[in-house]
Amino acid sequence: MELNQYQQEAFDKQRPVIETYGKKTWAWTAFFLIWIFVGGYALYLQIADGHIVTGMRDNVVWGLYIANFIFFIGISYAGAIISGILHILKVEWRKPIIRIAEMITVISTIIGPIYILLCVGRLDRLHHLFLYPRLQSPITWDVFAIGTYFTGSVIFLYLALIKDFAIYRDAKLNVPKWKQKLYKTLAIGYKGTPSQNRHIKISTNLMAIMIVPLAIIVHSVLSWIFGMTLRPGWHSTIFGPYFVLAAIYSGTGVLIMAMWVYRKMYNLKNYLTDKHFIYLGYIMMVLGAGYGYFTFSEYLTEWFSSAKWDSEVIEKLFNPAEYGWWFLYANLFGILLPILVVAIPKTRTPNMITIASFFMVIALWIKRYLIIVPTLESPLLPMQDTRMEYVKYSATWVEWALTFAGIASFFLFFTLLSKFITIIPISEFGDKEKKVIAASEIEIETNKGIAIA
Amino acid sequence: MTQEEIHANGRRGFIKTAAIAAVATAACGSLACSCSSKKEVPVAGDKVKLLSPDGEIVEIDSAYLNHQEHMAIVSKLEAREGMEGKRFVMVVDLSRCKNARKCVSACQKWHYRPEETEWLTVKLMKDSDKAAPYWFPKQCFHCDNPPCVKVCPVDATFKRQDGLVLIDNDRCIGCKFCMAACPYSTRVFNWDEPEMPFDLKGLAANPETNIPARVGTVEKCDFCPDRAREGLLPPCVEACPNGVFYFGDENEDSVTNGDETIAFSQLIKERAAYRYMEELGTKPRVYYLPPKDRQFPVERGYENLSDTLKARFKDVMEASGGITK
Repeated sequence: MELNQYQQEAFDKQRPVIETYGKKTWAWTAFFLIWIFVGGYALYLQIADGHIVTGMRDNVVWGLYIANFIFFIGISYAGAIISGILHILKVEWRKPIIRIAEMITVISTIIGPIYILLCVGRLDRLHHLFLYPRLQSPITWDVFAIGTYFTGSVIFLYLALIKDFAIYRDAKLNVPKWKQKLYKTLAIGYKGTPSQNRHIKISTNLMAIMIVPLAIIVHSVLSWIFGMTLRPGWHSTIFGPYFVLAAIYSGTGVLIMAMWVYRKMYNLKNYLTDKHFIYLGYIMMVLGAGYGYFTFSEYLTEWFSSAKWDSEVIEKLFNPAEYGWWFLYANLFGILLPILVVAIPKTRTPNMITIASFFMVIALWIKRYLIIVPTLESPLLPMQDTRMEYVKYSATWVEWALTFAGIASFFLFFTLLSKFITIIPISEFGDKEKKVIAASEIEIETNKGIAIA
Repeated sequence: MTQEEIHANGRRGFIKTAAIAAVATAACGSLACSCSSKKEVPVAGDKVKLLSPDGEIVEIDSAYLNHQEHMAIVSKLEAREGMEGKRFVMVVDLSRCKNARKCVSACQKWHYRPEETEWLTVKLMKDSDKAAPYWFPKQCFHCDNPPCVKVCPVDATFKRQDGLVLIDNDRCIGCKFCMAACPYSTRVFNWDEPEMPFDLKGLAANPETNIPARVGTVEKCDFCPDRAREGLLPPCVEACPNGVFYFGDENEDSVTNGDETIAFSQLIKERAAYRYMEELGTKPRVYYLPPKDRQFPVERGYENLSDTLKARFKDVMEASGGITK
């Protein structure tokens, strides 16, 4: 394939990344593999000895695993919503970041559902989900929704990759034979004919339109696993939109962090510009405000009307001896910090926005935990149990090991993928894009000027 | 035959078969083995007294005892359908309960559950600050609008035509969604390999007996339909020394606690029965008679407990100033 000047520049810059697997990367890989190995051992224990090795018991039947499940499906929204909506709106500056966003989507949609499997007592009977499916169960909805969403995300990522695969194929990269073969297969004979381009364009547009409602359905269904029950703190009508918004929000945070890491690691400052951080920061700020509004609305109504069981959960969230500090952290760092950092011109820098994203993403993980555990610790009937582990949930090392194994697999998948495909899509660079990038620095200066004035 | 006679006969039948079953279960419980009847068995020497079906007491060498666990007498399909024409119902008389806990131990023995896995629990309830505490036995409510059944993804828990909510633990995948959905914390999970007093693991499970228990699956009170098929009352009903539990059939409009048989509609009308947390819309099949004109002071149920059990109820007892010593 013929590359224009800007595409060539982008390719030359990233070529060494996909051609090599350096010592550092190996060390990195080994480090993650160790975590995954420990997680594997924990999983072996859990299967061999039963779920007794976890901290879950008859009252708190779900714990860390489900929190991780919501978290990972949540961050998968980076690609689905951010890149989907930006694509539909034809926002030009999206082009260098969509690859990262869609990688986050695909990888976290693989890891997320694994956590729901870890909650299942009989993995040997998983086929029952398809042998005896019952349509009125929100879990069945979830199986179909996540399945469709995952397929959609993979297609969306792949469609944007076909042109790049053709570039890798034709560039005679210095890579092993199997890799060259794989590029060739995956390029499915793309030559850049007008008909091929038209098909890719139509399919990508279609997928972008489909992926947005699909993503919204996935997290709504997920929230209904909780919302459909008669439990205080769960049985809420706003749970669907609340979860969806929190998901896009955390996805944006992870996307910003991933951009920061790649920019630093591979020196991609010309492509992942300050402008990207600031624009995504704006998006994050708006989402944060919306998420904060939902949070406030949810807890204010529960606290004000103070029905007996609602109050019990609220009491646990407000009490410093129980979850008070966590709840405070989740709201201060999950809502206020990102808004302030982006709102104040002085702190509106890539580094600060990334730091804010980091704290926000952790806060949103904690929030998911706070949605699940305090409610399960507040059953409608008094527990009256003397077995402490049945009254209060505390995760065991097995659950933590599997949690970190999940995070490690996320990084490992990312490392492997970024050694296989370029982080910045090459084929996306026409002449227009270069101009946009060049103009960005000036634009930012102007923005700053306006903000200060 | 008049209505009363039918009930009286039915009751006698209940008690008679129950006695045999009780002796048989006691004998089997002490035998931690299952012997084959085909083999020649050496005489063990110790005699066991048994009640024969004719009502005579016979002495048999323990070696000749053959273990007969209460096995499912119906197929799985029948167990899913339920008994035609029946609507099982339970009435719990709170004014008679003194936390004697015989129901709990009878239930656990019948289902071979360890001490801490209670399908039937007795809670000490105190509805508000000034309200008097009372003992509150709680089985599964077998709701007519069961939140647990709604959420099951694989139809492992289901509602039958006779009103029972049962679990097929050969189908259950252990997702625990039903446990999260049940507002009454009725369900328990086998977190590790359940201990059974003898080797039952090879047997096919049946929703009507919930035996054998399986690791990684959910279980709960089943109202013992296997016993109902034989005309027996659930062990909890039989074991209660105070006649707290009335079990019966709503269609027949009769419930019995083993001592007396009453018209169900009359009982719930005269005693102002209520269903627990009616406002949740779950439509339970268990009715409670309010703890009015109580037969025992609430402390009676507290005094003779082990320390672990006392600890369960300590907070409520102290809050109500109920402990005198």
